[in-house]
Amino acid sequence: MACQGLASGETLKSLKAESETLRKKLEEERKKLHDVELEKVAEKAEALGELNMKTRRTLKGHGNKVLCMDWCKDKRRIVSSSQDGKVIVWDAFTTNKEHAVTMPTTWVMACAYAPSGCAIACGGLDNKCSVYPLSLDKDENLAAKKKSVAMHTNYLSGCTFTNSDMQILTSSGDGTSALWDVESGQLLQSFHGHSADVLTLDLAPSETGNTFVSGGSDKKANVWDLRSGQNVQSFDTHDSDINCVKYYPSGDAFASASDDSTCRLFDLRADREVSIYSKDSIIFGAASVDFSLSGRLLFAGYNDYTINVWDVLKGTRVAILFGHENRVSSLRVSPDGTAFCSGSWDNTLRVRHEREG
Amino acid sequence: MARDMSDIDILKMELEQLKKEVSTPREPVSKTSKDTMEWCEAASGTDLLITGVPDDKNPYKPEKGGCIIT
Repeated sequence: MACQGLASGETLKSLKAESETLRKKLEEERKKLHDVELEKVAEKAEALGELNMKTRRTLKGHGNKVLCMDWCKDKRRIVSSSQDGKVIVWDAFTTNKEHAVTMPTTWVMACAYAPSGCAIACGGLDNKCSVYPLSLDKDENLAAKKKSVAMHTNYLSGCTFTNSDMQILTSSGDGTSALWDVESGQLLQSFHGHSADVLTLDLAPSETGNTFVSGGSDKKANVWDLRSGQNVQSFDTHDSDINCVKYYPSGDAFASASDDSTCRLFDLRADREVSIYSKDSIIFGAASVDFSLSGRLLFAGYNDYTINVWDVLKGTRVAILFGHENRVSSLRVSPDGTAFCSGSWDNTLRVRHEREG
Repeated sequence: MARDMSDIDILKMELEQLKKEVSTPREPVSKTSKDTMEWCEAASGTDLLITGVPDDKNPYKPEKGGCIIT
């Protein structure tokens, strides 16, 4: 389009050169403050004891790959979505299915539980994010009350409610993230900055203010201000797509999982990557990460069907968990930190925890 | 949307972003790492995935097999 032309004096070459200069300056500024490694500081930390995590519940019922899952704030219910369009709400304690919805689309890549526990949101190849109020009446047809909230121009990759049931944040293959009002479906804010598909997002813990982080196929992780729509920080050290991002519980850092088979920790106040969680023997992409309540453990699900548990501070792997029979696509620690659930392309979800003694 | 932007537009967008980021306030890693570690240690006592869940509070107690028939 001719209207998006160049100002006089600008050429593709000069823009690239200016970009290079600024990137170098940014590197220098960040390097000046890189006065010690996190692992060195963490030498003083007590070593972790041996972990003995076992699968306590296996949720079977999906007919195809589980793509996403989320916990309810009540710490026992889980919503999961699948490639075949089914979205199921489970009671993790009893393994009972409480609700099931069939979406009019396949590849439901995103699902989320509302803070009140009274609704779920989901979407995928339909390019939308829809909200289903959950009814106490098991026979009621959930699809009848469905509300279409978000509209993107490509697939929905992620969604999360903000602090209330009233707003939803979405990420999409169209390269943008957006904030929507659930009641009216109105677009409140859109976030532009990724140069390829946005694959994941996570909202900052409520005490730390109004930001969220997104990761994309452009190998970048961007931090955004919810109100202004501004990209406030950007990190581009990964070598491949970033499949998942999660805030550290204090809100001062976030972790990422990438197709480059590594997970990394980015410190927001130091504005740099401070740790890489990787091993020569891990060659498959990491699809999903989450922190334990204290932030000491990082759980990561991989395409080689395993879950690796990392000591966030010391940078070492403390456990490797087997059990799934296909890729681990999604992983979340429960709201009270007692357990964590993983969803897999083997059509199941597994809930694991650590028993005392 | 990003997919429809020309190379020039993407470069301009990145350039604008870099200009902003160069002047972001940052703190040294020695300070931030220490804070992260302290936050973590303070919270580790209540991290049940590290300490483990005592049996009496375990919502995932393995289902006891069998029942009594009288």
